[in-house]
Amino acid sequence: MNEKELNQNIFRDAIKQSFIKLSPRVQIKNPVMLVVYLGALFTSALYLLAFAGIKDENAGYTLSIALILWFTVLFANFAEAIAEGRGRAQADSLRNSRKDTKARKLKSATNFEEYSEVLSNTLKRGDIVYVKAGEQIPMDGEVIDGAATVDESAITGESAPVIRESGGDRSAVTGGTSLVSDWLVIVVTAEAGESFLDKMIAMVEGASRKKTPNEIALQMLLVTLTIIFLVVTATLLPFSSFASKQAGLGSAISITNVIALLVCLAPTTIGALLSSIGIAGMSRLNQANVLAMSGRAIEAAGDVDILLLDKTGTITLGNRQASEFIPLRGVREEDLADAAQLSSIADETAEGRSIVILAKERFGIRGRNLSMLDATFIEFTAKTRMSGINYQEFEVRKGAADAVKAYVLEKGGEYPEECSEIVKRIAENGGTPLVVSKNNTVMGVIYLKDIVKNGVKERFEDLRKMGIKTIMITGDNPMTAAAIAAEAGVDDFLAEATPEAKLALIRDYQAKGHLVAMTGDGTNDAPALAQADVAVAMNTGTQAAKEAGNMVDLDSSPTKLIDVVRIGKQLLMTRGALTTFSVANDVAKYFAIIPVLFFGIYPQLGTLNFLGLTSSTSAILSAIIYNALIIIALIPLSLRGVKYREMPAGKLLKKNMTIYGLGGLIAPFIAIKLIDLILTVSGIAR
Amino acid sequence: MNFIIIQDIVFIGLLIGISIPLGIYIYKVMMGQRVFLSFLLSPVEKFIYRLMGIREDDEMTPKKYAVSVLLFAAVGFVFLFGILMLQNLLPFNPQHLKGISWDLAFNTAMSFVTNTNWQAYSGETTLSYLSQSVGLTVQNFLSAAAGIAILFVLIRGFVSRKQTAIGNFWKDITRITLYILIPLALILGIALVSQGVVQSLNPYKEAVTLQNGVTQTIPLGPAASQIAIKQLGTNGGGFFGANSAYPFENPNPLSNLLQLLSILLIPAALCVAFGKAVKDSRQGRTIYLVMLILFAVSLVALTLCEKYTGGVFRGVISSGNMEGKEIIHGIGTSSLWGTATTAASNGSVNAMHDSFTPLGGMILMFLMQVGEVIFGGVGSGLYGMLAFVILTVFIAGLMVGRTPEYLGKKIGPFDMKMVCLVVLIPPLLILFGTSVAVMIPQVGAWLTNTGAHGFSEILYAFTSMGNNNGSAFGGFAANTVFTNITGGTIMLVARFVPMIAVIFLAGNLSKKKIVAVSEGTLSTTNTLFTGLLIGIILLIGALTFLPSLALGPIADYFTILK
Repeated sequence: MNEKELNQNIFRDAIKQSFIKLSPRVQIKNPVMLVVYLGALFTSALYLLAFAGIKDENAGYTLSIALILWFTVLFANFAEAIAEGRGRAQADSLRNSRKDTKARKLKSATNFEEYSEVLSNTLKRGDIVYVKAGEQIPMDGEVIDGAATVDESAITGESAPVIRESGGDRSAVTGGTSLVSDWLVIVVTAEAGESFLDKMIAMVEGASRKKTPNEIALQMLLVTLTIIFLVVTATLLPFSSFASKQAGLGSAISITNVIALLVCLAPTTIGALLSSIGIAGMSRLNQANVLAMSGRAIEAAGDVDILLLDKTGTITLGNRQASEFIPLRGVREEDLADAAQLSSIADETAEGRSIVILAKERFGIRGRNLSMLDATFIEFTAKTRMSGINYQEFEVRKGAADAVKAYVLEKGGEYPEECSEIVKRIAENGGTPLVVSKNNTVMGVIYLKDIVKNGVKERFEDLRKMGIKTIMITGDNPMTAAAIAAEAGVDDFLAEATPEAKLALIRDYQAKGHLVAMTGDGTNDAPALAQADVAVAMNTGTQAAKEAGNMVDLDSSPTKLIDVVRIGKQLLMTRGALTTFSVANDVAKYFAIIPVLFFGIYPQLGTLNFLGLTSSTSAILSAIIYNALIIIALIPLSLRGVKYREMPAGKLLKKNMTIYGLGGLIAPFIAIKLIDLILTVSGIAR
Repeated sequence: MNFIIIQDIVFIGLLIGISIPLGIYIYKVMMGQRVFLSFLLSPVEKFIYRLMGIREDDEMTPKKYAVSVLLFAAVGFVFLFGILMLQNLLPFNPQHLKGISWDLAFNTAMSFVTNTNWQAYSGETTLSYLSQSVGLTVQNFLSAAAGIAILFVLIRGFVSRKQTAIGNFWKDITRITLYILIPLALILGIALVSQGVVQSLNPYKEAVTLQNGVTQTIPLGPAASQIAIKQLGTNGGGFFGANSAYPFENPNPLSNLLQLLSILLIPAALCVAFGKAVKDSRQGRTIYLVMLILFAVSLVALTLCEKYTGGVFRGVISSGNMEGKEIIHGIGTSSLWGTATTAASNGSVNAMHDSFTPLGGMILMFLMQVGEVIFGGVGSGLYGMLAFVILTVFIAGLMVGRTPEYLGKKIGPFDMKMVCLVVLIPPLLILFGTSVAVMIPQVGAWLTNTGAHGFSEILYAFTSMGNNNGSAFGGFAANTVFTNITGGTIMLVARFVPMIAVIFLAGNLSKKKIVAVSEGTLSTTNTLFTGLLIGIILLIGALTFLPSLALGPIADYFTILK
């Protein structure tokens, strides 16, 4: 289905939903709109009563008020429905991707022959299943044996298959994804109805959407305003009746007008759009391929002021690259490059390849016939911390400085002071030195450099403007870490990071009153993820990590955290902006309506009718038409969210206050005058 | 006019000058620090605790604190109610005044226990010396002390981290009365006596006047002692019916200045104390500034209204509206007093508000209708203002992309609920009371005016009671069973519902941790926020009262204009 068709479907569905949502059961959940709903019912009843001879106002006028109020309710329903639409469509496709399949349930984890075929939805936690290439993984689980490529496009939308294998941090599999190759033995970790896919469907559909604390608090404010306006408008009945008696002119204002005035003044704009703002925020997060476990998590993301970012992948490109050959005195650079290239030629790591590439770029050294050299390769091991090549009578090694030093000394060679100095200098600059030796002589040092990603410095600068501190987490030693931290422009770093150190760091910041966000994937990240205020677990991560986090990043991208914060802030800003707009509107509506409302009792008040509205009828009609139309007009804003740029709170407030506060004051004056003109010219209102 | 401007500027300068050291003193007292009076008062304080069996380090939960506040007020009410009804049987009644009716006693007792001092009676013809001094004056002290105590409960809520206790009510009220109210009242009382305010237990004097030998009764009484606390505690209930317009209550310009200053002194000083207590003087300064700006703007507007929008009679343009004003006070001081007494929830008058110009009267009414937060009542003004601050922070805070916080405390649903109660209750009571009153058929007979001004008279009365101000517009016959009972109930609800809400708000805030400040935090001390806070206060007031003001003073103004 293409995007256009999808949008059309969502639109059609939303119109249908607007009417379904007229059910009182739905309406009762939104107190502000409930007032409009009851107002619509009441004015409709007044219209019908007019036929029975009970007359409150001109029947035609009451009918138009009733109709406009019904439209106001429908518009609010539509706003919510269209926000839910995208999620509903996504949920449908997710639901389609999951079929109830047959699963091979093993009696024991070691014997693949003895199994019983059961339906996937009957699997219990702890059951062991065997899945082959081409089959769907029946349920969420942990791989306990085997390795396979898995197509996870059903949930991530990413078509390239990923590797899942037992042990380590890539052992979690999700029900509903399918194997492309090989086989897996999986122990089931979730039962039908509580699997990741189920949770995901519930989340994107908004079925399990609960009002967040901030939403509840805001609603409290809106209800308070509504109560005030309810009393203000209701008391106008006795007030105006008393006043007309005192003045000996006019009459008490009609119930129709009281209801219309109430709807005008109640914060209906934000009341109608409040839930769609929340749903749209969640939806934006889903579009960024992040799944929040609760709406609360998105709001917390807006509050975060400390970001713990993993160095690799977020701040630097994934791998270190060779950037320079530094020969010792008496060694030609080209010879060093040659030795380095030889020792790396069979090295499949990214670092090894970068050495080969650098040698080619600098000196045109190309691959050579290795069999001619009669070479044997020495692979890197954690014990020796060196790799290299033995050919003819030569033994070339490259590795960590202290490892090569020990090796050379053992061979009876010397480890020159000059080399130590170069190594130290490189480390201080944030690089990784690799010392190269040939037999028992040290030839020089390869400078491996962490490449800081383009644009991160500016991004961190922006974050700092918003009061968000970035902290780099790395396994590097403090010296290297400090150099990279300086280059990337982060505020702080945690070097030689262990899970315990991470956890302690988070606790420390939280104790000082900060809110901390982090990403993580491994099982050992789980405690820190659970402690952090916003914890984004990678989808490639382990089950433990996913359960500890309050969001899952389906793309497993470490930079996602920054987007999450942005979406959180945007959600809160949209809510605030529309509230301000809605309340500012009220002031304008008051000044438009009040002078004409009491015109009959005190004709002198006409002086205040500076908008020159035709009559109280036209003024009230214009105001409630504006009130209904503004909801429709602001739906796109509520879905898209207000424009967001990184800037300090003061500036941001000033900007939003100008647009939505001042704009909210001015817009209704113009719009109401225009509608009044149209109504008057077209003869609808006199 | 120049004289009026100089006078107003000198007044504001004096107010700021005195309120700062007093604020620091109050802060020290409330933090339990030693002050220069400690050597004298500390033994008294210890003695009071021993006498009452209070352990001063016993901290209370919000619930216990609230119960103590209510219990304390209830006992005060019963005691006062009894004195008023039985004053004919009690001593210090040289004029042999009768016990007052049950409904008036209910209204008056409620009025003084709630720091309102709405008076449906005239002191000199209704109350004995005992009723005035042991009855009313005691409540003038205690109701004021309770207001200040609740403010400091809220301050503790902001300052403390993850705690459940919010202080000890008995200790708070003892220290406030002993260290703050009594010394100040003593100084002011003596100063007023020196200017000629009466302080006597002798019976009223009979004097033969020069006017054909007609005898006149000159009322006396222990007035100065009561007037001192009436002004300092933002109570406002006059000893005599004409309040501070009466020479024995306010004889000369100096006594007038002293009383004016003391109306705003403690509410202003509390802003300073607040800043000290939250360890950020800028926070206190911002609130002080917001109050001052609103005060100054109202003062200028009121003075201009009185000077230039007075009625034109038979084509003669008057030099300002002097109706209902004392010659010695003139337009300037009368406007200054009117602004001060309605901005602060004081309610004493030195001119008759009913006779102010329609728009002038509207300013007085509106100053109350914004919730008595422009200085407001002692303690209650600032905690009401803090509710508005939280409201502002809530709306503005969202717009910077964070969930709202004030002084490092996140504002959650419960906090919002309590804030809404504080903001919501007074306007509802005013509108409710007024609408019931206008529906009573014989209401016309209670009014001295008809038309829009008649409506203003009713609206003003309920505005005054619904915000615990107590000032009277006049012209509305208040001593009826209906007004006494409705009014008494309104004053009760308007005082204690917000008060209890604030206590629980404080309890909830004190449980929270304090969030660190960063660039992304909304500043609550800069110009923008100052403007926003002013805007929100005016906005809520205007949204609530614009229609009723349109039918009252605004219509009144335009009707006269024609």
